[in-house]
Amino acid sequence: MNETLPISIARKGANVLKYLRPVFGAVILIFIIYRLIQTLLIQEIFGPETWTRLVIAGMIIGSVYALIAIGYTLVYGILFMINFAHGEVMMLGAYTCFFVFEALKNIKVGADHSLAFSNAYPVISIIIAFILGMSVSALTGFLLEKVAYRPLRQAPRLVPLISAIGASIFLQNAAQLLFSPQLRDVANPQILARGSGWKFLINGSSVTIPYTGVFTFLLSLILLVSLYLIVQKTKFGRAMRAVALDKKTASLMGIDVDKTISLTFLISGALAGAAGVMWGLHNSMVYYFTGFVPGIKAFTAAVLGGIGNLPGAMLGGLFLGIIESVGPAALGIDFQLKDVIAFLLLIVVLTFRPSGLLGEVLAKEKV
Amino acid sequence: MILEIENINVHYGAIHALKDVSFHLAEGEIVSLIGANGAGKSTNLNTISGILHPTSGKITSFGEEITHAAPQTIVRKGIVQVPEGRKIFPSMSVWENLELGAYTQTNRAEINERMQAIFQRFPRLKERRNQPGGTLSGGEQQMLAIARGLMAKPRVLLLDEPSMGLAPLMVEQIFEIIREINQEGTSILLVEQNALMALSISDRGYVLDTGKIVLGGAADELLHNPMVIDAYLGGNNG
Repeated sequence: MNETLPISIARKGANVLKYLRPVFGAVILIFIIYRLIQTLLIQEIFGPETWTRLVIAGMIIGSVYALIAIGYTLVYGILFMINFAHGEVMMLGAYTCFFVFEALKNIKVGADHSLAFSNAYPVISIIIAFILGMSVSALTGFLLEKVAYRPLRQAPRLVPLISAIGASIFLQNAAQLLFSPQLRDVANPQILARGSGWKFLINGSSVTIPYTGVFTFLLSLILLVSLYLIVQKTKFGRAMRAVALDKKTASLMGIDVDKTISLTFLISGALAGAAGVMWGLHNSMVYYFTGFVPGIKAFTAAVLGGIGNLPGAMLGGLFLGIIESVGPAALGIDFQLKDVIAFLLLIVVLTFRPSGLLGEVLAKEKV
Repeated sequence: MILEIENINVHYGAIHALKDVSFHLAEGEIVSLIGANGAGKSTNLNTISGILHPTSGKITSFGEEITHAAPQTIVRKGIVQVPEGRKIFPSMSVWENLELGAYTQTNRAEINERMQAIFQRFPRLKERRNQPGGTLSGGEQQMLAIARGLMAKPRVLLLDEPSMGLAPLMVEQIFEIIREINQEGTSILLVEQNALMALSISDRGYVLDTGKIVLGGAADELLHNPMVIDAYLGGNNG
């Protein structure tokens, strides 16, 4: 009697779990459908102009998530670890953006030395910001791998994960100590001033497509497509995929595995740096915690698309950005709850499709 | 000497996998390493390829020491391994697998030329060049693995169990290919459990037993050595 008791409890637990999943899914589904019908058909709180605004905002933030998510997916593909310090790599890019524009604002040019360099030569300034931001972040990613992950290459998989969380806390606190915990305003050049953009009317009210947003979206797209082409079409990309598939055989092909891993961190760092500079320009605000939420969201996006899968991370980022932007309005809940929607989406995907939307990579056993 | 192994010892943690192993490979030769499962045959190849490093001893190629060189350096010296179990990159196309074989090569024209030669020798690979490597049959994968090795312009090809898991007809075909490759000037170090097949195309052979070389000599002699016949050629049937 005493011996069978725990077993029967365990069995009951398993049964409960078996029913919990569909019940959980059904509850969420019914809630979503109920709220959608109410907000879209019965109450009609929002007009088309609001939906357009939300979708535009979602696409912009989504393209930034996609850029960061690529970094998670690249590193996961090659080392099977989640680089939890990746958000902080992006934060350093955002800080670089702040410092570059701060410095360029104070360089005065023109006849009476009254014109700021960043306004006199905005294109050059923006290029400088991207080059420096991407370099700083790339270097951070590179050093991170050398210092925090490479010594643990042979360790069990949980160990580098903990090291990554440690690195994340370290970088956050280092930034806080070095750059002060205050929010800093980025001095955007005038052509990319916050709030400026193309305005048009929908239903009699004005909708703005911000210049920073268009710029962010287009540049993300360009970077993502070029990365995809590099990985799929070039010799280096082939080497990267070979290392991801089988490190020993890759080394028998004459591929320098360590160098390939370093380069992967450089690339994912550079993309996070570009995302950081865009974040700085678009939100015009930077502080030491800037990288945390986008980092976690981008991780969600990478999982959503199927971690290890490049197109998955891109689509996952855009999808998450749009869902979290449109979601609160569509469900008729508070806009502050957008993070809840994003992470609920993560839970739902992990529960019902653990390999992600485009993922089959996880289905194969990776050792 | 294209490859000279002198008194190497290899340890996996506490396990002493290779004990004072010495042998050599001259240019143009086919040399077989035969032995049972776990005798240290693959360990031997991986040590030459720089995946493992010996705790003592010396490996040289043309007098140049490569004992502690990295795998990519060794491939660049023309010492190329075709690993056990073929290890095709399954999600990559046949063409991409071959391109990876030529990773260390920089002369594009030469790579294309070699690719054409390989497609001529293995028409099946040409037919399937855009197909993922993982969808090929076992024999085709072995051909792809050997072809991928050839793309690296090897002076020595280290073949690890090329007959593993293949039908007898396919095994014969593979060994015929190995002989052809050798006749075209590539030296071959062959690791095999199929001792009869291996020795019949080899110039010389060595018998490895629990990490030690217990016997070595001309392949013909080994084929008639009573101990070899007993242990590796299936007794009287050999």
